[in-house]
Amino acid sequence: MDILTQAKRRFSRFFRFFFKKKRTRIGIYGPPNAGKTTLANRIVRDWTGDALGPVSEIPHETRRARRRENVTISNSNGDSIVIDIVDTPGVTTKIDYHEFTEYGLDKEDAVKRAREATEGVAEAMHWLREDIDGVIYMLDATLDPFAQVNIMMVGIIESRDLPVVIVANKIDLPDASPARIKSAFPQHPVISISGLEGTNVDELYEKMIEFFG
Amino acid sequence: MIQGVQLDLISEERLESLTSMEKIRMILDEVMAGNIVVLEKGLSPEESSKLIEMTMMEINPDGFSGIEMETYPARSRSGGFLARLLGRRESPSRLTVIGPANQLKMLRKERDLISAWVSSR
Repeated sequence: MDILTQAKRRFSRFFRFFFKKKRTRIGIYGPPNAGKTTLANRIVRDWTGDALGPVSEIPHETRRARRRENVTISNSNGDSIVIDIVDTPGVTTKIDYHEFTEYGLDKEDAVKRAREATEGVAEAMHWLREDIDGVIYMLDATLDPFAQVNIMMVGIIESRDLPVVIVANKIDLPDASPARIKSAFPQHPVISISGLEGTNVDELYEKMIEFFG
Repeated sequence: MIQGVQLDLISEERLESLTSMEKIRMILDEVMAGNIVVLEKGLSPEESSKLIEMTMMEINPDGFSGIEMETYPARSRSGGFLARLLGRRESPSRLTVIGPANQLKMLRKERDLISAWVSSR
């Protein structure tokens, strides 16, 4: 991180201290099936003992943004942040109900799921424009990070000047390549985790305190 | 009758004469008609955000299933001291190809090459 970026971040923190919003909302964004809800559940469970939403192998299980208020994350040094966690529907530029029938859904359910998913993506974009103060951008480390939707989303987040931590998820899988994600987004911190197994989530919490605090 | 796909290459000048909403509407109208659109200069992040949102509103079962879109990665640009101080990190957008998701498939994407396959309806 260069001196200018550090100075800007310090100034921004100083400014936020005096003009603090009531809540800092951290949105978990990313393409479908990146593990957003798994991570949201882990964060909420680790710090409140609760859960946020169901997970599924079928894409677009999360079709409405879900928010959990007042989650306090702290570290051993006594630093902490209080945030609202917003789990958002996976962002994509295409949704075809036939994709869901391949998972065994009948046509009626697949069409319904597709319609709700389109509404969910639009809702996620609206949250990003209006109601989000920082972003955890989740990527499946076994997939190509250069996919257009990721390039577009990171560009949109940068243009709004929101702090962003990129998470390379699913490092428990043999094909995972967090290095590829780091090379795709060298301008942002990248934390490698397994949301499912909980590997390295403490490092993510440290980074969240540093970046969103 | 010969089957084919219409390809519209839109110049930077033409894009700059349009407002954001006109640009997005033009792209979606073309793509929903089964055409491939190539923009000499891509969309801004704000326009990309609105394009995703409006695409979602147009999707319908057994009809339009969304868009496929590719662009080259932005060239790295320092932006100069003042731009960095003011936080202007917006990268210049580059040549962009957009088409119906069920007709346009990306075969290969590299830093300096986009290879795509287009099928007729």
